[in-house]
Amino acid sequence: MAVKAQDLTKDYKYGFSDPEKYAFKSRRGLDHEIVRQISEYKQEPEWMLQFRLRALDIFLKKPMPAWPAANLSEIDFQNIFYYVRPSENGAEKSWEDVPSYIKDTFDKLGIPEAERKFLAGVSAQYESEVVYHSIQEDLEKQGVIFLDMDSGLREYPDLVKEYFGTVIPAADNKFAALNSSVWSGGSFIYVPKNTHVEIPLQAYFRINAENMGQFERTLIIADEGARVHYIEGCTAPVYSSDSLHSAVVELIAKPGAHIRYTTIQNWSNNVYNLVTKRAVAYEDATVEWVDGNLGSKVTMKYPAVYLLGRRARAEILSVAFAGQGQLQDAGGKVIHVAPETTSTITSKSISKDGGRAAYRGLLKVAKGAEHSKAFVRCDALLLDEKSRSDTYPSIEIDEERVDIGHEATVSKVSDEQLFYLQSRGLSETEAKTMIVNGFFEAFTKELPMEYAVELNRLLALQMEGSIG
Amino acid sequence: MTHSNGTLRGAAAPLFEIEDLHVSVEGRTILRGVNLTVRPGEVHALMGRNGSGKSTLANALMGHPKYQITRGSVRLDGEDILALKPDERAKRGLFLAFQNPIAIPGVGTGNFLRAAVKAVRGNETINAVQFRKELTERMQHLQMDPSFATRALNEGFSGGEKKRAEMLQLAMLKPRLAVLDEPDSGLDIDAVRIVSDGINTVHEQQPSMGILLITHYQRILNYVRPDTVHVMANGRIVESGGGELVQQLEAEGYDPILRRLGIEEAEEATTNGR
Repeated sequence: MAVKAQDLTKDYKYGFSDPEKYAFKSRRGLDHEIVRQISEYKQEPEWMLQFRLRALDIFLKKPMPAWPAANLSEIDFQNIFYYVRPSENGAEKSWEDVPSYIKDTFDKLGIPEAERKFLAGVSAQYESEVVYHSIQEDLEKQGVIFLDMDSGLREYPDLVKEYFGTVIPAADNKFAALNSSVWSGGSFIYVPKNTHVEIPLQAYFRINAENMGQFERTLIIADEGARVHYIEGCTAPVYSSDSLHSAVVELIAKPGAHIRYTTIQNWSNNVYNLVTKRAVAYEDATVEWVDGNLGSKVTMKYPAVYLLGRRARAEILSVAFAGQGQLQDAGGKVIHVAPETTSTITSKSISKDGGRAAYRGLLKVAKGAEHSKAFVRCDALLLDEKSRSDTYPSIEIDEERVDIGHEATVSKVSDEQLFYLQSRGLSETEAKTMIVNGFFEAFTKELPMEYAVELNRLLALQMEGSIG
Repeated sequence: MTHSNGTLRGAAAPLFEIEDLHVSVEGRTILRGVNLTVRPGEVHALMGRNGSGKSTLANALMGHPKYQITRGSVRLDGEDILALKPDERAKRGLFLAFQNPIAIPGVGTGNFLRAAVKAVRGNETINAVQFRKELTERMQHLQMDPSFATRALNEGFSGGEKKRAEMLQLAMLKPRLAVLDEPDSGLDIDAVRIVSDGINTVHEQQPSMGILLITHYQRILNYVRPDTVHVMANGRIVESGGGELVQQLEAEGYDPILRRLGIEEAEEATTNGR
């Protein structure tokens, strides 16, 4: 492992790390005492402490799932710091107050100036705590709440208590239980009735301490007729042993609401990224997951939508890039419960240099969800012979009057495509990068421009590695 | 050996020389000693039946990895290019208009052309505004809708759109030698005129560009006038001449010429598209 870590430091473009500066750091490992310590440190209400402790019991009892393609037994839960707090001040009010070493980190990441200005409210999860958080005035005027989850719990305890853990209960799966017991940070968003948030709300997440887990918790509530787009993007520095990122994201789209949740995941190649994301959509509501996975050692993530109200709509777009040593096990789940609901799952994966991508999906139409429509499309692109792609589509239909479609393709970059582009002056790498960018275009075009540019740059970096 | 129509161009140093070129595909010999010299500004038409080796020549010249050169040389401006990769050949000024250009899903035609122009015309500095202006003019000239630039390259293009897109690339990349592999196939007469006009305009603007135009039919040669016409059979150029050769082929077909030369085309070759 040590040798591999050195390799990673060389290969991973963002593989730098700042000197550690922390206000508080729990000891390694996980037990009731640590959970109590975290909750006490955050001065949480009693119900949250009890929620955490119950979740811990569930986590300890639940066996590791047997189905994953990854060897999750490599994760040493007792060798992880479950809580690290970077500075005394907690959430910052303005950009000027953000500690300079954190700004340095953004500089190294090359996050463009325009993008920073674009930020409506930034919630940069640096370590386990949100250190910077600001809301533009017009958002405040609109009554939109955009806080880190800890502040949300402090300032809006009743609202949080009403919805927290209702979409993804602690017992849902082992990693949801883990997150529920040790969660820290993440975003809390509430958009009032008929309020449209015109600019995307954005957040950055980073892991920055050896063996440090990242267990953010995000809860977004869009009230009736409300509209919001949330964007999270991650890059992380590299450390000598495996890191664990295990988030829980819950979305609630009330009748007529519209939530889009966009993710660009680029964890360094030693991170286990095991995330539970689920949304509920009521009558005439729409939920869109736009989920891009580039980094990590192992990602297992299947954003889900429960269509609970008539005419509710789900769109899941999941793309993954699996390079050397990576497993991208991604996909989506849609459960049609109400009639006249519609859903589309589009999955696109690229495997390269022995990387492995899998589509894992569930489409379920319950009895009574008549006149529902669902379409699943999976496209896989293999860049070489040693890479791998698998598809595990699960479709359960208990209602007859439905319209269901499923299409899957596996393709290779053809010699003819490469020759054509090379004949126009592009090198083999440039040609492959162009084909890869084109393959992901369905995803890229859904991103704000600066993210699209960043993504294409990341893809180009990934492709450059394949030469020689 | 070389074919010049006797104008002043004939005296210029060769732009492009193919010498004794032998090419095989998957172990099967297709080209058996092709010789052809193009001087600056000349237009050469290469005609022949399906399977005579025309497209093999086009692909081999551009460096398709499937086509193996077993003997011979190809020189552009005196430099042997056979060891170069296709992109390096393109950067030295070689261009191939494909008979059946392949689709690149998700890659916008305009963005692709920007990257190609940057790669091939790298020594010029063309900013985004200049590029757009040039692209728009060229597209208008080829009677292409502006939306073309945002459509994915060759994806869902009709036959005629693909041919025009190839001519657009020719115009934007400004090669020193253009190999045009059946730019007229499958086109109606109006489309042939547009494509021909596209070729002629590029040629007028770059008089020193050489053209090797591969075709089955006389039609396009009424618009793009060749200096020299070659007939290919069995992987060789068996006859060369001026415009009168085109008339003769149009009137009599290939049989009389081949019979006169004592050539029987191989069965296998005639049934194979390439």
